[in-house]
Amino acid sequence: MRSFVALFRKELRSYFGSPPFYFVATAFLAYAGYYFHSDLIYFITFGFGLNIMENFWQILFVDLRLVLIFAVPLLTMRLLAEERRLGTLELLLTYPLRDGAIVAAKLGACLVVVATLLAGTLVYPLLVYHVEPFAFEPLFAAYLGLLLFAGVCASYGLFISSLTDSQVLAGFLTALPLLLLWLLSWNEAAAASGTLPVVRAISLFNHFQPFSVGVIDLRDVFYFLYATGLFVWATLRVLEARQWRGRR
Amino acid sequence: MIRSELLTKYYGSVRAVGGVSFSVGAGEVAALLGPNGAGKSTVMRLLTGYVSPTAGRALVGDVDVAERPVTARRQIGYLPEQVSLYPEFTVRRYLGFVGEVKGLARRRRRAAIGRVIEQCGLGEVADRHNGTLSKGYRQRVGLAQALLGDPAVLVLDEPTVGLDPVQAVEMRELIRTLAGCTVLLSTHNLTEASALCSRVIILSHGSLVAADTAAELGRRLEGAGRLVVRIDGPPDAVAQGLSALPGVLGIERGEPDGQAGVRFVVLASNPEPVQRRLAAMAVAAGWTLLEVQVKPPTLEDLFVRLVGSEP
Repeated sequence: MRSFVALFRKELRSYFGSPPFYFVATAFLAYAGYYFHSDLIYFITFGFGLNIMENFWQILFVDLRLVLIFAVPLLTMRLLAEERRLGTLELLLTYPLRDGAIVAAKLGACLVVVATLLAGTLVYPLLVYHVEPFAFEPLFAAYLGLLLFAGVCASYGLFISSLTDSQVLAGFLTALPLLLLWLLSWNEAAAASGTLPVVRAISLFNHFQPFSVGVIDLRDVFYFLYATGLFVWATLRVLEARQWRGRR
Repeated sequence: MIRSELLTKYYGSVRAVGGVSFSVGAGEVAALLGPNGAGKSTVMRLLTGYVSPTAGRALVGDVDVAERPVTARRQIGYLPEQVSLYPEFTVRRYLGFVGEVKGLARRRRRAAIGRVIEQCGLGEVADRHNGTLSKGYRQRVGLAQALLGDPAVLVLDEPTVGLDPVQAVEMRELIRTLAGCTVLLSTHNLTEASALCSRVIILSHGSLVAADTAAELGRRLEGAGRLVVRIDGPPDAVAQGLSALPGVLGIERGEPDGQAGVRFVVLASNPEPVQRRLAAMAVAAGWTLLEVQVKPPTLEDLFVRLVGSEP
């Protein structure tokens, strides 16, 4: 456990001690702030007096989900690709640590960072509540949904990062499919009618929808956890590949 | 302390090592020798649990490395061939991280870091970032992280490779101070192996060629010797003629040194008759024999005899 904590802390230190994190955090909060402002103006202009959850918060959380699609790949791209590039992975894999602990520490640290970014957006509900009190409870569901969504994106990013020693390539290959799935989630005409039901079933975005209106459906929770577990499993298989590849 | 039992590793269909068995006793310093591609690094990676064997087993103490890798790794300090460090960490902080990963409690960790910093001569760079260190200091930090936690076994993959002569001597001195630790080090440098190690393990093409104490291996060469000869004649023809002489185990051609003739080192199973044949050959060919010296065999000679090529 001490070994896991050591690596987890080292990962957190690497995030919070590196300038790129502050660039990502600034961009994330700038875009989140922009969406908060524009969605609020929209709500005040066209939906004032209507249900605030459906007419404002849902729109904002769906927009925050889009910002995460860009932010998470920037956070995950270095996780294993950097270790490969530096050559530190070999040494790390010879310490008294299980492969699972390495993956868990890296993913856990990344999720803490995402949670920190999301915590920065908590100021929005507080501001709105100050002007017009509303029920907070549905927002917990929405934030839980964002975290679960980020968990899948981060585990997918970690998996991609384990495949290459190029951070840029890892970031690109993480962001691109997420962006494609997002496009398909609102532009269904782009998908063939035969593949549409499949796309809907596996789409991260459709499973996020209930959370954005404050509903926690256990099937969606299970879906997100299952998808995260799947990419963690795939990452472990990549690390195991050293057994037959004979190199880092 | 270290036991390799019929250790075999295939990467896909490629055999990296096959049926390698040897042991290194507690407190012994052993050298793993072999030409490039002999399987030295694979054996080391198998011993550290970085990869698992296809067949056979590696034991550290009584622990099977493949079955209980985490337990085995607690007893091993490993210095890989390419020492890669996190550049953003200072030496002290990096060692703190490694100590924590190795499970050392805070107080013990602090004491251990101070000890290895002193032992490896890192005092003046302890608060510098790893990314700013010279190759020699990086290698020292690599050794320091391997020493953290007082591992019973040290596995050092080419600890002096890439170092300048002064740094290499310093690293050898450092290794010499590790009394009481079981050390397995791989090297291309036979002088280094002779100077540091009591046991020698020789690999070639993934197979074990010899594993014994340096003294015992020396006895295998009893009767053999090295002839240092200088002949004035066409170098290629001389080399060919020397290699073809009965009783010659191997030859090494010297670089031109500005003196007359070409210098050859000839390893012979019995130097005396070879010396006579050599003289007769030179006379018959019309070459001038300028110098002949008989010297006792070295580890290098044994290597050439067993492996048949340069390390």
